[in-house]
Amino acid sequence: MRLAEIVTAGVLALLSIYMMYKSTELDVGYITGEGPGGGAWPFWLSAIMLICTGIIAFNWWRRTSPPSQSDEVLLDGYGKRTIVLVGGGLLGFIALVDIISMYGAMAVFLFYYLRFLGRHSWTLTLSLSLLLPMVFFFFFEGLMRITMPKGLSFTEPFYNYLYSIIY
Amino acid sequence: MEILGLLSDGVMVSLMPINVMLILLGVTLGLFIGAMPGLGSVNGVAILLPITFLVPPNSAIIFLAAIYYGAMYGGAISSITLGIPGASTAVATTFDGRPLAMSGRASLALVTAALASFIGGTISNVLFTVFAPLLATVALIFGPPEIFALMLLAFATFVGLGGDDIPKTILSICLGLVFAAIGFDEISGAPRLVLFDINGFMKGISFLVLAIGVYGIGEMIWTIENTRGEVTTTEAKMSLKGIVRDSKEGMRRGWKGTMIGSFLGFFVGILPAAGATPGSLMSYGVAKMVAKNPKEFGKGHPGGVAAPEAANNAASTGSMLPMLTLGIPGSPTTAILLGGMVIWGLTPGPRLFTDQPDFVWGLIGSFYISNVFALLVNLAFIPLFIWMLRMPFTVLAPLIFVLSVVGGYAATQDMFDVWLMLIFGLGAFFLRKLDYPLAPAVLAIVLGPIAEPTLRQSLLLSSGDATVFLTRPIAGPITIIALILILLPLFKAIMTKLRGTRTNEA
Repeated sequence: MRLAEIVTAGVLALLSIYMMYKSTELDVGYITGEGPGGGAWPFWLSAIMLICTGIIAFNWWRRTSPPSQSDEVLLDGYGKRTIVLVGGGLLGFIALVDIISMYGAMAVFLFYYLRFLGRHSWTLTLSLSLLLPMVFFFFFEGLMRITMPKGLSFTEPFYNYLYSIIY
Repeated sequence: MEILGLLSDGVMVSLMPINVMLILLGVTLGLFIGAMPGLGSVNGVAILLPITFLVPPNSAIIFLAAIYYGAMYGGAISSITLGIPGASTAVATTFDGRPLAMSGRASLALVTAALASFIGGTISNVLFTVFAPLLATVALIFGPPEIFALMLLAFATFVGLGGDDIPKTILSICLGLVFAAIGFDEISGAPRLVLFDINGFMKGISFLVLAIGVYGIGEMIWTIENTRGEVTTTEAKMSLKGIVRDSKEGMRRGWKGTMIGSFLGFFVGILPAAGATPGSLMSYGVAKMVAKNPKEFGKGHPGGVAAPEAANNAASTGSMLPMLTLGIPGSPTTAILLGGMVIWGLTPGPRLFTDQPDFVWGLIGSFYISNVFALLVNLAFIPLFIWMLRMPFTVLAPLIFVLSVVGGYAATQDMFDVWLMLIFGLGAFFLRKLDYPLAPAVLAIVLGPIAEPTLRQSLLLSSGDATVFLTRPIAGPITIIALILILLPLFKAIMTKLRGTRTNEA
């Protein structure tokens, strides 16, 4: 935790400096007759953020904040596995959307999570990962008229068939 | 009298078949969301907001408010039967609810919680109906300096009363405000803060992307990491006869707590950014303080269940008051509701009462109906909710992730935002582990687009003189209170240090 605390403060400080720099593309001072410039609000807020990261670092050095006193690691074995399996699963889900469509990616993600992470039965896994995307399809495309990404062109015949049910 | 007429019109609006259906669905979903550990009203409202675009705005907000309401009832179910709060708003309910359940009186605790919630909800609804139009009338004369002063007060409450690490809280607020500034400078129209020159940032960051990232993804991963062990449920046998008997006992021993919770919860809820969690904790404390035998609290006293449960319902209604009348949310959940109102094309603030009476009074009327429905659904289906609590998190979690991704896309229809949501979610997980409060950031991204223009207009009006916030009759006192709240932690730290030095000298 202790190392993570100072590294995070450092990253946030860099982000603040970057946002301050980016804000200066517009005027950050007071323009007579016009009020504060367009960059002033984000510039000074980022400056306050930078000061806060300084205080967080100071508290880290004095060991006053709980994470700066903790000897625990930020992520133990279980935590790391959670991030890799769950976070990685989500990453895969979102990456697959543009290839096999939102509904296809959803089915793959549900299958992966229920079967491999949850170790649920084949019946539950298959019924949920096939039925839910269907329900979502009819809800979004049919009821709400929101079209979700359909992926590459090979999914077209399948969706043409589903659309023929809605319209 | 005029209020009664408007209220009855509102009740009629909420009794329209579509609204009744949405209220029923909302409170049932809310009860479930509130009961599920790791999910609270704010998660539910953030994740489900995108799907409400299907219905007209006044039905949408009635549905979301019903979820909010139901979640306040539902939190108690897991606090009592699992011993872990279903939501942060029900933390105080575990203190006495769990001991009652362990001694075989889970039914008494559940019934007391439901009745106290109902009474808390009813009292706060009446207070709301009386105060809201008055406050809205006063707020009509507010100019930019007054509105900015109120924003300052909302953020100051987080700093002064939030109880989290101060620099981390301020950083979280500023981060939300800067995120809200990304996209275009509204006054000059020039592109602003297009981070890393990625075009996706040109249209700004939608508050929903941050809210779903934080509450749908970040908090879920955090919960998965935290709830490693298996959870045991306490059985609760419910029968009609038992419910009647427990209602009598619960009310006899818990009426004082219920009254304290109802009033205190409502007024704490009104405070910008305070919300139901501090409201319920404070009510528990006060109820214990004024009890005949405070020692009974913590060992299974119905009063210790009634006070926080009445308070969290009262506070949820209370937190809607500044949201509707001033356009400033009283809790993270209402911040998301407010953001929703902007998406629906409404301008939150006092003018809503005159411009959109159907919307406002329909919502107020729905509070009364939701309250009754939540009580009935709760009492009728407690065994079902307890059974559903056994649903493994490995089934619930992927469903929430799927809803988050689909909802995030539906809101803006841009995959860039879905990626951004994942980044926010993972970032939120790490920040949360390191004690950074994230609710202030979500509130700030909603308030940013109101705070910046009001500040700029105020400074323009006063030719750059910042004392405009101190010298105007309404803005002045609000700013001073905000400044006191911001300086409160510093003052406390100095006092502790001085006391420490004195003890050392002695």
